[in-house]
Amino acid sequence: MTAATEKPRSFQEIILRLQAYWAQKGCAVMQPYDMEVGAGTFHPATTLRSLGSRPWAAAYVQPSRRPTDGRYGENPNRLQHYYQYQVLIKPSPPDLQDLYLGSLKAIGIDMGMHDIRFVEDDWESPTLGAWGLGWEVWCDGMEVSQFTYFQQVGGHDCHPVSGELTYGLERLAMYVLGIDHVMDMPFNDPDAIIPLSYGDVFRQTEQEYSRWNFDVANTEVLLRHFEEAEAECEAILTQEHEDPKTGKRIIMAHPAYDQCIKASHIFNLLDARGVISVTERQAYIGRVRALAKKCADAFVQTEAGGWAEEPAA
Amino acid sequence: MPDLLIELFSEEIPARMQSRAAEDLKKRMTDGLVEAGLTYAGAAGFSTPRRLTLAVDGLLAESPTVREERKGPRTDAPEKAIEGFLRGAGVSRDDLEVRDEKKGQVYFATITKPGRPAAGIVADVLDDVIRNFPWPKSMRWGAGTLRWVRPLHSILCILTDDAGEAQVVPLDVDGIAAGNTTRGHRFLAPDAFAVTSFDDYAAKLKRASVVLDPAERADHIWQDATNQAFAAGLEVVEDKGLLAEVAGLVELPVVLMGTIDDDFLDLPPEVLQTSMREHQKFFSVKNPKTGRIERFITVANTQTADNGATILAGNQKVLSARLADAKFFWENDLRVAKDAQMQPWLDSLKNVTFHNKLGSQAERIDRIAALAREIAPVVGADADLAEQAARVAKADLSSEMVYEFPELQGLMGRYYAEAAGMPAEVAAACEEHYSPLGPSDGVPTAPVSVAVALADKLDTLAGFWAIDEKPTGSKDPFALRRAALGVVRLIVTNDLQVNLLKKLMNWQVVADKAFRAKGFHIVFPSSEEGSIGFGPEFEGDIEYQEFGDAFGFVRTERLDETSFEFADIVFAEASNWVGSLMAFFHDRLKVYLRDQGVRHDVIDACIVMDGNDDLTLLVKRAAALSDFLKTDDGGNLLQGFKRANNILTQAEEKDGVEYSYGADVKFAETDEEKTLFAALDAGEPAIEAALKSEDFAGAMGAMAALRAPIDGFFEGVQVNTDNDIIRRNRLNLLSRIRQICLQAADLTRIEG
Repeated sequence: MTAATEKPRSFQEIILRLQAYWAQKGCAVMQPYDMEVGAGTFHPATTLRSLGSRPWAAAYVQPSRRPTDGRYGENPNRLQHYYQYQVLIKPSPPDLQDLYLGSLKAIGIDMGMHDIRFVEDDWESPTLGAWGLGWEVWCDGMEVSQFTYFQQVGGHDCHPVSGELTYGLERLAMYVLGIDHVMDMPFNDPDAIIPLSYGDVFRQTEQEYSRWNFDVANTEVLLRHFEEAEAECEAILTQEHEDPKTGKRIIMAHPAYDQCIKASHIFNLLDARGVISVTERQAYIGRVRALAKKCADAFVQTEAGGWAEEPAA
Repeated sequence: MPDLLIELFSEEIPARMQSRAAEDLKKRMTDGLVEAGLTYAGAAGFSTPRRLTLAVDGLLAESPTVREERKGPRTDAPEKAIEGFLRGAGVSRDDLEVRDEKKGQVYFATITKPGRPAAGIVADVLDDVIRNFPWPKSMRWGAGTLRWVRPLHSILCILTDDAGEAQVVPLDVDGIAAGNTTRGHRFLAPDAFAVTSFDDYAAKLKRASVVLDPAERADHIWQDATNQAFAAGLEVVEDKGLLAEVAGLVELPVVLMGTIDDDFLDLPPEVLQTSMREHQKFFSVKNPKTGRIERFITVANTQTADNGATILAGNQKVLSARLADAKFFWENDLRVAKDAQMQPWLDSLKNVTFHNKLGSQAERIDRIAALAREIAPVVGADADLAEQAARVAKADLSSEMVYEFPELQGLMGRYYAEAAGMPAEVAAACEEHYSPLGPSDGVPTAPVSVAVALADKLDTLAGFWAIDEKPTGSKDPFALRRAALGVVRLIVTNDLQVNLLKKLMNWQVVADKAFRAKGFHIVFPSSEEGSIGFGPEFEGDIEYQEFGDAFGFVRTERLDETSFEFADIVFAEASNWVGSLMAFFHDRLKVYLRDQGVRHDVIDACIVMDGNDDLTLLVKRAAALSDFLKTDDGGNLLQGFKRANNILTQAEEKDGVEYSYGADVKFAETDEEKTLFAALDAGEPAIEAALKSEDFAGAMGAMAALRAPIDGFFEGVQVNTDNDIIRRNRLNLLSRIRQICLQAADLTRIEG
């Protein structure tokens, strides 16, 4: 592990080291979910797979979008599009804290030189009907990860409990690499033939999306899309469990959940456009939560959700 | 006698829960042990972020044998009943004893519970304590079912006998077996080690870079922080809450002092302090000469080869990013204040719901502004200024800084009102109108601040009363007790003469407004059946709004029936609100006066008097009575009054009449009677005059002069004589004493 304890030199190297570390610890290294989400938690590999009794271990990068955080690429720390690194292990292993600290070491944080602290921070996602207890992890006073033991998701008690780790990759990488402005961070190796900074890759898109998110997105269209996604989600879930064509039991929890994710993101966009009042806000969140709950209800009736055919008497 | 050591070792316990948890462990454990018969000499609880520890010394080695006698059925009872008794008592028939009782021969069983060794009892009690621990929030982990604040990793539980031999208490909670080992600091001494006693444990922990006692950690932090600041000619801003929290975040406190970038030194000191405390848990270090905050103290949980240089540099960088945000908010906010007089904030408050039944913040501000205007003359404030202050006092709720740091509400309002060039009184009211927040918070005295503070609180109380969101038991989500205590302290401290009841009575006006809003026309007065008869006496109040606006708002918003039933509801409910809200103020006043050392019975005796809605008057009366009763004359007069009252009450009950015709001196037989007549004649006008001018001390001083004649009367005169005329005259004389005394306070309520 001598290579791993050397300082990484780029954003991507930190990601690669996390991938290698968690792969070595037995996680399935998955790919990002192919939809717009606000956080890595929305990936079905976390939300849905934290439900039910089946063991699970997954790690992945998730591009995440928070339209209201757009700053046209000018703020040193804030982005409307950023990356989270997400680990979910069910049941949570007894040495999860040590495993986590091992991952910090893998990306070049020397425990002998830094001050790592677990500071109470309970996690709650009103849109997912989910909550858990845990900490934000501080490294020299900076929050580098969220560490959560899921207690409830989609209104269902988690049995067994999943341990979830979320790393804000840009912030963590800036800290490890000693960078003050995210756009200055080396994306690939600074000695590569074509060295690229984070700004080379994302400055323009931050500008484009900031403008679109705040001022241009067609709110009428978005509102309609929200309604449509909501209706489609519910329509999917009202289908018979038995597929009339194949005769098989196929509950479409994932397609329904896609619509829930879509509704959630559209809500975020509408929020950034400033067309949702304080009182409406709660109502929208409630509507997304209702979808998330129905999807969770559906998922726990699927095989991956731990459902098993009653053995014939 | 063995000593017991318990350590529950877990993942990081939230700092705010640690000290309570250490207390709970101590209390529940020792209570359980004592209940099981194991007494002990002493117990001490400790906590760190990763452990709760309990040390009990001088525990009994074994619980005492207990014999219990149990009475059973009669010997001729059905077999089933006897068998049931045997089963319940756990004895056989041969063990039973037969005794003769009134009802016949009865079985008795003697149950002997032999003592149990301490280990078994400790195991049972600890198992129960762990499973039922009162964490404010607890969780499950892995595949288990046990709940703890965070995953519980190990249990250390040993009994150490007088020879120093340690024995592990056999215990297994959900797969976690108790042992005799623990671990030190997470990074500096992570290996497990065994311990044999509490002293051994504490010493080894210290070597393993863990300071067990939170008080010791806090002391160390404070000492070191103040020393480092002193060396730089600076001083640490005291913050006990933060100190306790930080002591709960570290097992090995290492104090580091860092500098704040010059760019941020112009931010208001409160902003610097709040940002550093809330986000980074830093102490502020200020320059005593300038009052400016120039440095910070952070407390690390580890020692490093570079003496914390890397840690400090990291913390400094995070702080700069945070303060850059704060500076951004501050500058944006100042622009809104200077360029637009905060108007955009006020506009946006229209969209902020205060409570869904009480409307938006903007609507609330309208009500408070109207009320502050009304109150202004009572508190000696300029009405225009009071209204202006009420209108801008909540503006900062929309500012970016308060959005980020809600605890800076009010204070930021002051800065922004000053920046907007508003009068100093208005700016001060922005900050002060929230006060007093708690029993120890200062009470505003500036008239404009007082007017807005009163209006704010009264609107809150009236509004939540009207929507029936009164506090119940320990639940007071809208902090209404605090608001009412605030009203009490504002009135009493500023010596304000406000007739709350009269103000509250304006529900009548409100009802009227509500009816008009619904297209009703009210007839004054009306004799028609089914219509609403508001007495003409309220006509004069119609122009006022005062305390009732919140009521009115609720009524008009909530009820849309256009019927007379609606009117009845308003009428009946409003009358209940006013009564119960007044009682609520009195309850707060009782608490307030009790804290000032006034006895509860003294308060009760004054609360029942007329004019009890004038809290200042009520307090004066209670204070005078309290002082009076402490004097010799007062105590004796009270006895005299009670004696008079008792005799009188008994006679009135017996005779079925009330003796209040007035006594006549011509029927006075003895000198004592005549003296009393003379004293009452002389005293009565003085007492009445004093009471009329609300000079309670004067009135009670004059009452003191009655003490000797009353005492003399009871010594020398037999009230119940055979001569009925004389008896009645004496009773009527006692009635005079009663009446005079009762004008000052209801002395029948005084104990003793």
